[in-house]
Amino acid sequence: MFPERGKAGNMNKVGRSEVRVDAYDKATGRTKYYEDRMPANALYVRIKHSTIAHGYVTSIDKSKAEAIPGVVKVLTCFDVPDLPFATAGHPWSLDPSHQDTQDRLLLNRHVRYWGDDVAVVIAENEVAANQGVRALKVEYEELPFVLDVQKAMEDGAPQLHDAFPNNILKHTTNIKGNYAEAIKEEGLVKVEGWYETPTVQHCHIENHGCYAYMENGRIVVVASTQIPHIIRRVVGQALGRPWGDIEIIKPYIGGGFGNKQDALYEPLCAWCTTQVGGRPVRIDCSREETFVSNRVRHNIRYHIVTWVRKSDGKIAARKVDVYSNQGAYASHGHSIAAKGLNAFPQHYPVPAYEGNAWTVYTNRPAAGAMRGYGMPQASFADDANIEDCAIAIGMDPMEFRNINIMPKGFTDAFSGNTNYYDTYRECMARGAELIDYERKRKEYGHDTGNIRRGIGLGTFWYNTAVYPISLETSSNRMQLNLDGTVTMQCGETEIGQGADTAYAQMTAEAIGLKSYRDVHVISCQDTDITPTGTGAYASRQTYVAGFSIRQTADLLKEKILKYAQDVTRQSPYCMDIVDGNIIRKEDQKVLMSLKELAMTAQYNTVHSEHITAESTYTIRNNAYSFGCTFVEVEVDIAMCKAQVTRILNVHDCGKLINPALAEAQVHGGQSMGIGFGLSEQLIFDEKTGKPLNNNLLDYKLSTFMDHPRLECDFIENPEPTSPFGTKSLGEPPTCSPAVAIRNAILHATGVAINHIPINPHVLFAELTKAGLIHDSWRDEEGK
Amino acid sequence: MSQYKVVHCNINGKDVERVVDVRASLTDMLRNEYHLTSVKKGCEVGECGACNVLINGEAFNSCIYLAVWAEGKTILTLEGLEGPNGELSDIQQAFIDETAIQCGFCTPGFIMTAAEILNAGKLYSDAELRKLLSGHLCRCTGYENIFRAVKKTMYKRLGKEIDFV
Amino acid sequence: MYDMKALYEAESVEHAIQLRLEHPEAQIIAGGSDVLVQMREGKRAGKELISIYMIDAMRGVSIDEEENIRIGSLTSFSHITHDPIIQKYINVLGEAVDQVGSPQIRNIGTIGGNTCNGVTSADSASTLHAWEAIVELTGKNGVRRLPIKDFYIKAGTVDIRVDEGEIQTAILIPKSSYENTFGHYIKYGMRNAMEIASLGCSVNVRLSEDKQTIDRCRIAYGVAGPVPMRCPSAEAVANGVMPTEAMIEEFSLAALKDINPRDSWRASKAFRQHIAVEMAKRALVESIHRAGGEIK
Repeated sequence: MFPERGKAGNMNKVGRSEVRVDAYDKATGRTKYYEDRMPANALYVRIKHSTIAHGYVTSIDKSKAEAIPGVVKVLTCFDVPDLPFATAGHPWSLDPSHQDTQDRLLLNRHVRYWGDDVAVVIAENEVAANQGVRALKVEYEELPFVLDVQKAMEDGAPQLHDAFPNNILKHTTNIKGNYAEAIKEEGLVKVEGWYETPTVQHCHIENHGCYAYMENGRIVVVASTQIPHIIRRVVGQALGRPWGDIEIIKPYIGGGFGNKQDALYEPLCAWCTTQVGGRPVRIDCSREETFVSNRVRHNIRYHIVTWVRKSDGKIAARKVDVYSNQGAYASHGHSIAAKGLNAFPQHYPVPAYEGNAWTVYTNRPAAGAMRGYGMPQASFADDANIEDCAIAIGMDPMEFRNINIMPKGFTDAFSGNTNYYDTYRECMARGAELIDYERKRKEYGHDTGNIRRGIGLGTFWYNTAVYPISLETSSNRMQLNLDGTVTMQCGETEIGQGADTAYAQMTAEAIGLKSYRDVHVISCQDTDITPTGTGAYASRQTYVAGFSIRQTADLLKEKILKYAQDVTRQSPYCMDIVDGNIIRKEDQKVLMSLKELAMTAQYNTVHSEHITAESTYTIRNNAYSFGCTFVEVEVDIAMCKAQVTRILNVHDCGKLINPALAEAQVHGGQSMGIGFGLSEQLIFDEKTGKPLNNNLLDYKLSTFMDHPRLECDFIENPEPTSPFGTKSLGEPPTCSPAVAIRNAILHATGVAINHIPINPHVLFAELTKAGLIHDSWRDEEGK
Repeated sequence: MSQYKVVHCNINGKDVERVVDVRASLTDMLRNEYHLTSVKKGCEVGECGACNVLINGEAFNSCIYLAVWAEGKTILTLEGLEGPNGELSDIQQAFIDETAIQCGFCTPGFIMTAAEILNAGKLYSDAELRKLLSGHLCRCTGYENIFRAVKKTMYKRLGKEIDFV
Repeated sequence: MYDMKALYEAESVEHAIQLRLEHPEAQIIAGGSDVLVQMREGKRAGKELISIYMIDAMRGVSIDEEENIRIGSLTSFSHITHDPIIQKYINVLGEAVDQVGSPQIRNIGTIGGNTCNGVTSADSASTLHAWEAIVELTGKNGVRRLPIKDFYIKAGTVDIRVDEGEIQTAILIPKSSYENTFGHYIKYGMRNAMEIASLGCSVNVRLSEDKQTIDRCRIAYGVAGPVPMRCPSAEAVANGVMPTEAMIEEFSLAALKDINPRDSWRASKAFRQHIAVEMAKRALVESIHRAGGEIK
């Protein structure tokens, strides 16, 4: 059903819609997630969370909890080591100024959000643990709290962390040209707006959880995480133990989307086992805890001023202020706001740009990484404002983008990223053709009845991996098995996206195996065994693993051919591996199979060799990955409902390693984007700071009935820096749907809504403000 | 204090009995007593559908179903769809073929609801199918390929030509 | 594992009554989709439960000797929707409960549990109010019947006499209520499945024989006040009148006089009022169409 897309060069194991390597086990329910490996004797650790948004724990009465049968131990914020640690899933930096902010303790006396961790109850069973948590009596000294990012910056606002006056975790700028001068040009049209995106949560269906135990004096943690090697480091830092004392095992996980790109409860769990003599202990987050006490997406407010030249439709200058709501702890911190800040002048290059971004602590749950890493937020603000610019000068929004968007050949000075193709225009043109944009743009937008149709477009900027901001490295190990297959392992984790399958395809390709099925990818990472890799994030896995897979495969191949030289008396330079056989290149003669070679090498009584290869590749490239979303909507004015009737994403993520899996990635991103645009939002009680809808009933994740068919297409321009011509796709699909929905609603109704989600409450308010809804009885009430 | 009860039922075609703590949910019983790992916990309040199993042919969230209620019932979990030698049922194969599986955590629950839908032997409209599948949340797939897998299998079982995609 | 103190399993209605008299503090659990959730939250943690779920005699839909439609309290939503009697005489009830939560919830959730909760957002409640259902309670002194509007006392509280060992055993729809009557239910939610109603509106009409006038119109809302409620002002506008667009407009605005939605984080009062008017309109129009009438 998937067309054979253009294959990368003469490669034939990649570029094919192969079945996932883990599909059978997942279709039969035998795949083991952390809870399926749980030791039967694990003690239950349940966490007491603060019921105030800000203050100090003055005392905790443990007596009732300790008296409950089955309760083994109660540990509180008064017991934990005073070792502040950082949790972000970033590679460690040897440069102290580039290290993440260490503002966490295992349990907190100074509680900074409703849901902060103050104590744990360790018990022999779940019921006793829960009863113990309820029986703890915590006394607080309450402090005022602040939920709003700009209010938190004001003088006199409640202060969360002493080292950060006005709660400003970080402020950075991005200046290009001279904004003040540029806006003096005559005849410029000023388009100004405030745009805001909400706090949302990842909602992977498997909640985060982990268990820990001690073995031979070391701590083993089995965790639902995206980043086992980073977790090892953070656990070591949080507990003040040598990193070699820690072993992290990452089994299959039920989704992550960035939440599990953070040290969540692994450090606490590791510490708990040390407090009960190394007995196994488990922490299983409930859904309610996952919403509040894990990580969320940053709520970000943007102020954008764009100056547009009416004569040629070009942007003359742009000023962007970014206010990023960090919540109570730094986690990934300013990286998210900064990514967006620096993307603006690349996405739409302008002669003069003045950008400021502030990341600010507030008494909300800590914000961390989430699919798109700040770009769903920035793309919303950016392309909403761009849409407004086009409308302000009476130009079709796609035409306006074609004039202003990043041109072919553009190079970013900082990252060195180059736009090798005219990617944006190609994607927009393909999408416009597939969805019949131009006709619908003219036809829609004129409805006068209750149902109004509109079509909108959004584009996004993205890149691949984290170079040059952070270390970008990938290692892997390959082992030739005695049957001629290859076992491969690396630290870039499978989290549902299909990475293992892509690795199998790339490895088969690089070595010359017959099928990707001849590669056994060890999905489970164990930091004692797996070559160091930093994990799954930044849509990096396929791109960065590609380098080390190619390099390690070459090493393995070299060893194989060198051994084959002894057996076949042919020069390694005259041989190659094709379809699992060693061949002589000149005449394609099959000299021996890999199986024969492996058996010979292993069991040779004179020269036995177990053929393996391992290498690390330091990646010093990054790659742009762009695309767009087209959306059609129908707005039922009276019912205040906007329905997406069609959605189409077009991406250029280079060559597709596995087109079927690529499509599946796009679907998931579109779905998350639709939720972001229309329904999802974690809300807080203004009076108490308490989250109000931290469950899957009240938090409006899209259901099966909230989507139209999800459509996507690809432009496969090969990425020149990648050995496989590929680049990022995991996060990009979730960046542009929300703004495309916003722009389609604007087209349908004429109402520009600058804050999402555009749910019925928002539509009611905005349509009323615009005069499209008029409840006559309210006039009378007002009198 | 603890209260126990012997629960007799048929699980995946086999008559079984086990002493169960009356406080246990059916999820607890299936996972802990019978080691049926396809029964997943995603919310424990009947909102996500990951723990879904068929009881007397109907789909239930086993997290909010008391284990003692299983007395005398016929229960089918994903493990029960498989043949004796690991052969896959048509709907499991369709999930694989249509790339309807990503992280795999919602998959067992979805497949069991799909099994109930397909067992009805009816030809449902797209809207009806979406509604019938709406008791499961998935964050990976956007439901798109799951929809294709179920719809294709429905047409195949009814011997009809498919009219999409 | 639920934090429950004890579980008493009733094998029959009589047994349930006896258990209730013996354990007046215990909570009745039918399908459990609310009780177990609350127990897990801690609200009902450590409580005793009386399970009536296994009493199969309390399941099923029938027509009794007085020609009432009789719905056993343990009948699940999905069984109500698929029941031929429901489909023939009061299809709107089947449609309403087909919008509860999700398919799995509709398999476990019971109409008895839905009403005994006393919550205003129950999807069955507005339709049962609009069709003037009768609640049947069985206790140590026998059977007691009362109109559903009297069954609901206040938010979360219904008229069940625990000291008499009462449990709700059936919901009845009298013939005079369902005969020649057609209705429509609209649930307003923020998404299309797995949803709790922001507002529910159930309307039904009986037309005159020539289908020219509305002989009887009834409308009830859920979430328009602390308990489900009828709208006498709106009904007065429609009763005995020929359906016209102007009348429908007047009808929908009149409903506002009767309802009292509140401001909450789930929805503002102004928003609920706005959609209440629109829903009344749409539900009445659809009901008239279903009854074979036309809007002049």
